[in-house]
Amino acid sequence: MVERTPFLNFFTHLILFIGFVFCIAPFLIVAIAASHNLKDVNDVPMSLLPGSDFWVNIKTAWVTADLGPKLLNSFIVAGGVAAGKVIISALTAFSIVYFRFPGRMFMFWLIFITLMLPLEVRIVPTYAVVANVLSPYQAILDLTGLSWLIEKVSGVQVSLNLGLLNSYPGLILPLVATATGTFLYRQFFLTLPDELTEAARMDGAGPLRFFIDVLLPLSRNNMAALGTIMFLWAWNQYLWPLLITTDQSHAMAVTELKQLIPNVGGTPEWHIAMAGTLIIMLPPLLVVVLMQRWIVRGLIATEK
Amino acid sequence: MEKRVTFSSWTIGILFAVPQLLLIFTFFYWPAGQAVYWSLTLQQPWGGGNIWVGLDNFRSILANADYWNSITASLVFAGISTGLAMFIALVLAALTDRQLAGSRLYRVVLIWPYGIAAPALALAFRFILAPEAGFLSVVNRMWPGIWDPGLDGADAMASIIVAFSWKYVGYNFIFFLAAFQAIPRSLIEAAAMDGSGVIRRFWDIQFPLITPTIFFLLVINITESFQDSFGIVDIMTSGGPANATNLMVYKIYSDGFKGLDYSGAAAQSIILMLLIILLTIFQFRFIERRVHYG
Repeated sequence: MVERTPFLNFFTHLILFIGFVFCIAPFLIVAIAASHNLKDVNDVPMSLLPGSDFWVNIKTAWVTADLGPKLLNSFIVAGGVAAGKVIISALTAFSIVYFRFPGRMFMFWLIFITLMLPLEVRIVPTYAVVANVLSPYQAILDLTGLSWLIEKVSGVQVSLNLGLLNSYPGLILPLVATATGTFLYRQFFLTLPDELTEAARMDGAGPLRFFIDVLLPLSRNNMAALGTIMFLWAWNQYLWPLLITTDQSHAMAVTELKQLIPNVGGTPEWHIAMAGTLIIMLPPLLVVVLMQRWIVRGLIATEK
Repeated sequence: MEKRVTFSSWTIGILFAVPQLLLIFTFFYWPAGQAVYWSLTLQQPWGGGNIWVGLDNFRSILANADYWNSITASLVFAGISTGLAMFIALVLAALTDRQLAGSRLYRVVLIWPYGIAAPALALAFRFILAPEAGFLSVVNRMWPGIWDPGLDGADAMASIIVAFSWKYVGYNFIFFLAAFQAIPRSLIEAAAMDGSGVIRRFWDIQFPLITPTIFFLLVINITESFQDSFGIVDIMTSGGPANATNLMVYKIYSDGFKGLDYSGAAAQSIILMLLIILLTIFQFRFIERRVHYG
């Protein structure tokens, strides 16, 4: 900028520096606490110099909370949610923006209402659906009298049952079922010029061709941003995995944090707890650091 | 906004939307409808039918002092943490947008909290804010008992607000930064040429242009403070002490899954949904008017 504002610049730096310290302090404190031994971590005040037990604590936390398989589960679920959102949202946004069909606006609102009510507020009945994912369809058959009819005609009693508790689809699918991504794509598709579609049609491209050869390559920025944001969001889910994974083989990393809280009255093993926290914090932090540029770029593109 | 050029084959158009429609029917509309139905019946925990009771569930919830306490706690939490997280993020983003030496480094680091899971953060802050270990232990040594989130409700509330705001400063910062960066440099430079100072430029040019982002974040932050707070409460306070931090979403969970009161939890879910919808409508009605869409 052209003018000189030494006083303001000084304040800018001061405030940013304070913000910087506040931002980074919890990470540092977690890392330092993770390097102490039991006595040092409970010292008043705790020493801010790193201790020497870092790797021992990391190993203990890793073994105690059985983090290997849990981190793998987190990767599978977060990756699945990100991929599901990126693909399904693109398909839906294409349908909403590029076609005219009866009931299109109704469908539009049907999908966008899902943005208002996240999983947490309908958690109890969603749990029941995942316990038997076909129960809505069974209920429809029962209510319409179809299951009675089928039983009369064929003698087969219809009882649809497919439980998804303690399974990857059960963890992933309900998290995919909202419109966040659809909205992002819609905003982007609307900024694309009509000439693009016209040219494609002139060249004899059908909708499928246009979608794959024109729209998808143009949406790369959005896909990267959406994929990243959804990966982080799914990795950080807590309530849902806590509920539907009753057996440890499908538990996710974040839900294991609760096991690491030192018991009241027990040995305050904060060094182990902080080592575990550090391990669980690290993968999403890495994703943010690597994808930083894409996240901001994807957001700017949708603002236009 | 509509497209002029579209594809005519509408069966294909609908086919593209089928996966999404199936998913939201199964995992959104059906459960949401079920919640309404359950809230009007008395549901036996492990099957065994249910009895129609009309609005009785709502009556008994609304007659319960614990529930009103949980509404108050949620509103206090939402108000303070949203205010803090938005104000701090806005100041930091406005300052990093100025091109000074080092603003790039600040930008990189200030985004980090966005990536951290709320529960992980909660455990970190539980340690940092613990009365007997961590950092506030020093304060407690000087004035014994002044800080104890395990016994004092206000201290517990302050702890969860700090943890939540800390994460959302990072989240809001990204959006504010993107909004500031989308403002054409030439606009600000032209104003500078005309002799308007930094603060003047902020209020006259930048601030009006980012009001859509402010509004968007306000809606998101308030909504999230009703839901994303679950992990923080569960790890830091478990709703205690004496229900001081028993926020609405936590109460739904503990009544529904620990107390096995499905009907009561369903009725609470309906009230929470209505509250979120009302707050959203209110914001659109009264605040969006002041938003400046470019």
